[in-house]
Amino acid sequence: MVEILMSRRVAQIVCAVFGVLLFLLFFSNHPTAKAVTLTVTTQYWQVIAAFALIVGAVSFMRVNFKSMSRKQDAPFRAVGLLGMVAMPILALGWGIGGSSPFLWVFENIQAPMQSTVFALLAFFVASASLRGFRARSVPAAILLLAAVVMLLSRSWFESTTSNILMVTSDWLRNYPSMAARRAILIGIGLGSLTTSLRLIVGIERTWLGGNK
Amino acid sequence: MSSTLLLAVNSGGEEWLDLSKLPLLIISFIVLAVVVILWLMSRRGSSFTPRQIPGLRAVEDAIGRATEMARPVLYTPGWGGDIQRPTTIASMNILSQIAEKTAQYDCSLIYPTHDPVIQSVAQEVVSESYARSGFADRYRQEDIRYVSSSQFGYAAAVEGIITRTRPAAIFLLGTFEAESLIMAETGNSVGAIQIAGTDSTIQLAFFIVACDYTLIGEELFVASGYLSGDKAILASVRAQDMLKIAIAVFLVIAVAWATFAPNSGWWRF
Repeated sequence: MVEILMSRRVAQIVCAVFGVLLFLLFFSNHPTAKAVTLTVTTQYWQVIAAFALIVGAVSFMRVNFKSMSRKQDAPFRAVGLLGMVAMPILALGWGIGGSSPFLWVFENIQAPMQSTVFALLAFFVASASLRGFRARSVPAAILLLAAVVMLLSRSWFESTTSNILMVTSDWLRNYPSMAARRAILIGIGLGSLTTSLRLIVGIERTWLGGNK
Repeated sequence: MSSTLLLAVNSGGEEWLDLSKLPLLIISFIVLAVVVILWLMSRRGSSFTPRQIPGLRAVEDAIGRATEMARPVLYTPGWGGDIQRPTTIASMNILSQIAEKTAQYDCSLIYPTHDPVIQSVAQEVVSESYARSGFADRYRQEDIRYVSSSQFGYAAAVEGIITRTRPAAIFLLGTFEAESLIMAETGNSVGAIQIAGTDSTIQLAFFIVACDYTLIGEELFVASGYLSGDKAILASVRAQDMLKIAIAVFLVIAVAWATFAPNSGWWRF
């Protein structure tokens, strides 16, 4: 029984049935159709995600305990595991309200750490720009020029140029840049559509572990 | 719209067919028909040669380089997508091909992710790929790992893994948001060959600057057919190209029509 349930054919049938069902329901305004879509896309999904989170937590603990036992980056692993164990205890013990220890840890430890990593982005943008905006060819020189116009139009310098830079940068964003972006988006849309069709029809079975 | 059709699509005053989405439904059926026709043609022996994509041609070289340098390959799908997204599925398809090659070359494959569902699917995909290539014993489940659901927690974890393990090849394929440049620049700093691809047009710019090869737009979705050489998948790639040409022709006609007859609107839907 378990072998039948776990077989690829069953997974493929479930994928095809729900794929066709949700595809057809997308084109309907009927309350029943909306209710079914909501049930499948939110409630079923939440149940799957909740069970998968257990798998993720177990995997996290197993990887870190194994590394600690091998004395690989033990202090960092210990901090990660401590955070994973402490946060649920704080939430269950004292709640997640305004003055709870959970919220204090979140606001004073987790949020600053996230902001720190996000702040690294400023330096990475600078270093990537330095490499990317080198005028090694005509297209690269045009890119550099566009970048300089864009940069200056968003700085104090713009106020001294009677709006010319702002108008130019808006034109760059709304016409050449938008045209290129829409061309890419058309490709992405077609790619998403054909990938979904391949899955529903069963042409693509790599996600099940292979086509063979 | 005829009254017969309205009767057919209405039930007790509630619309079973939303007529505003009818053009989209027709286009979807046209796409489906083209894909199925080309798939059937491929089953009858027609072969389709895909155009050359430098980023995909470099996949084998990148894994070979990692093997020669005795360093791991790192693959991550980004923080922006869940398993329901076609981009993530396309990324899984590429992962399967890459895992097969890392298994053959006996090269370590590390796959950190932000989503436990993606982790479970990726473990299954990689495990099957290792078994398919005949080296099931080389598969290490702990290398396909969940790190954090938090965006910058995930970014910091991947950054840490890159800095510690110094992978020789990094694949950033999936849906990325602000973490894209953090990972790509860290990968660049350790000298890894980086192949990236995403459906986020904003992050594409960062990848083009920081990575060696970038899959743009639909290239991410054709990768599994390109890498596996599967005739059926290549047929759907061909269908995708044909539809793109059809859309381009439509756009040119619509632009010309709108220029000479500004009050017309048949091309709007």
